[in-house]
Amino acid sequence: MSSALEVDKVISHLHPEGSFDLADHPVPTGREEVWRFTPLKRLHGLHQEAPFGAGACTVEVSAAEGVVVEQVAADAAERGLSGLVPTDRVSARAWAAADGATVVRIPQDAVVEGATTISHTGTGAELAGAGHTVIIAEKFSRSTVVLSFSGSAVLADNIEIIVEDGAELTVVSLQDWADDAVHHSTQHASVGRDASLKHVAVSFGGDLVRHDATASYAGPGGSVEMLGMYFADEGQHIEHRLFVDHTAPHTKSNVIYKGALQGQGAHAVWIGNVLIRKVAEGIETYEENRNLVLTDGCQADSVPNLEIETGEIEGAGHASAIGRFDDNQLFYLRSRGIEENEARRLVVHGFFNDLIRKIDVPALEEQLLATVESELEKNVLKAF
Amino acid sequence: MSTLEINDLHVSVATEDGDKEILKGVTLTIKDGETHAIMGPNGSGKSTLAYSIAGHPKYTVTGGTVTLDGDDVLAMSVDERARAGLFLAMQYPVEVPGVSVSNFLRTAKTAIDGEAPKLRTWVKDVNATLQKLDLDASFGTRSVNEGFSGGEKKRHEIAQLELLDPKVAILDETDSGLDIDALKVVSDGVNRFIEDKDKGVLLITHYTRILRYITPDFVHVFVNGKVAESGGPDLADELEANGYDKYVSAAAV
Ligand SMILES: Nc1ncnc2c1ncn2[C@@H]1O[C@H](COP(=O)(O)OP(=O)(O)OP(=O)(O)O)[C@@H](O)[C@H]1O
Ligand SMILES: [Mg+2]
Repeated sequence: MSSALEVDKVISHLHPEGSFDLADHPVPTGREEVWRFTPLKRLHGLHQEAPFGAGACTVEVSAAEGVVVEQVAADAAERGLSGLVPTDRVSARAWAAADGATVVRIPQDAVVEGATTISHTGTGAELAGAGHTVIIAEKFSRSTVVLSFSGSAVLADNIEIIVEDGAELTVVSLQDWADDAVHHSTQHASVGRDASLKHVAVSFGGDLVRHDATASYAGPGGSVEMLGMYFADEGQHIEHRLFVDHTAPHTKSNVIYKGALQGQGAHAVWIGNVLIRKVAEGIETYEENRNLVLTDGCQADSVPNLEIETGEIEGAGHASAIGRFDDNQLFYLRSRGIEENEARRLVVHGFFNDLIRKIDVPALEEQLLATVESELEKNVLKAF
Repeated sequence: MSTLEINDLHVSVATEDGDKEILKGVTLTIKDGETHAIMGPNGSGKSTLAYSIAGHPKYTVTGGTVTLDGDDVLAMSVDERARAGLFLAMQYPVEVPGVSVSNFLRTAKTAIDGEAPKLRTWVKDVNATLQKLDLDASFGTRSVNEGFSGGEKKRHEIAQLELLDPKVAILDETDSGLDIDALKVVSDGVNRFIEDKDKGVLLITHYTRILRYITPDFVHVFVNGKVAESGGPDLADELEANGYDKYVSAAAV
């Protein structure tokens, strides 16, 4: 990347050195900062030596008009285009094991109607899968790409997102896995000059879902919105780790993740890291994570983390909350005759509604609402 | 025909140093068509009375009875009380993020009536009611009470009163925080409700100002968790002139 920006080296735990060399990534013990929340035992050896094989997922592509989707070889030039360098062992192993990549290319200036969907369906195969996807939104293009994951699989993947100058891209990663699935996903976005990326992570299913989503800026004026929505059920571990690296001036980031937890052993982890480098003058950042705990026996960990190396910023803030149903809200609704379970339904829908509105992908809206409804039926409505 | 009867009601709240009794034997009967004003100083327990009748979980009834047309209100859940015909306009209406006013109103109306309102007339009714209360039609799409000004919250409470059409309404300081124009708009709404025959109203207020627009049949002075004196509308004038001092010092002994 040729850039007039001098990105200074920082010594920050937010920014571990990446490496493609597996030898640089020893098998984690679980005590490492980046692994301390993850139940390693349930990773099916992804962090150790578990062999990878083909056929863990079938992939179905539905490309919107004007969007080019192709399979490329493992040594194709597109791999690595985003600047992703694995910072953990699972990502590095998946990088080495992937036998190719799916490349989604939105041509320059194309304004694309509708979404391009890449559906991964787990086949229940014995062996773990290693995936690689590269999404390239060329200059001044506008489009939406949905990656969806369902069925049963053990999957480790790297997803690269390149938003070139002036482009506008929405990427949705929808984890709607079967109960026994394990998914470790590393997603990195490079956001060009005056480009904007909306990255959406929706996690409902799976036994263990761990998502690393990172973004950095290849030029000034870029903007990143990271939205997330999750519903952790009984025994489920859902972990979202975010890192926005403000590597250029006048860039923006806005992170909002909301989740609900229900059932014994439901565990949600949200790590929101933002680094504002010395060069990143005049930036604006805000990050927020809210958890609604619906039953006993759940655990939510929420760790916002803002590191600022320049005093010249427009605004920086964060909020994090873990709460139960608000008695006053329920009382207010019930005092208007609304039955208790209906009142709870309204509150939970309300909790997610503004986020769904922000996600603003019409093709997905109904599905998200329906999923909230069916998640509610599992617990919240059953108990009364 | 409906009568709300409160008899020797004792209520306490849990505090850090154990239970604290707030209501110390309240007795009050509101017959149909009657408007009762309850006036009292800050902290005398007016909201506690209102919340206890509505069934807020924070308050524990330790003695006494509340009945609506002979039915035991205290045995009902919060929503059953509302469906039985009680309505509480709250002093501090609660924000419910992400739930639109129109969805909320329709859900409440459906719950109270036991069936969904006819779509066409309902939309018309809602819009007409919002308009009468000087609330823009765009309120329908906003989240319940979120970002509403103090006055808008109160007008929204009265819009609900008119649309849900209960038997007995308890209005907890619906007048506070309103400028004179909003006070008139709100009073008009309450008067429309009262005139709609057989309605009982318990109007809780700190100031006599609203009583210029809504004429009570009875005025009760509420001090230290109970009714200290009851009278007609002229009792309000006396309170206006002399304040609560006389009652507060009497209650202190
Ligand atoms: N959780 C609580 N812990 C301790 N005291 C409480 C609690 N809740 C209410 N109280 C007390 O109960 C008393 C009555 O409160 P209430 O809100 O009913 O008064 P009020 O007459 O409505 O006052 P205002 O005119 O200010 O609205 C007050 O002294 C208040 O401090
Ligand atoms: Mg009060």
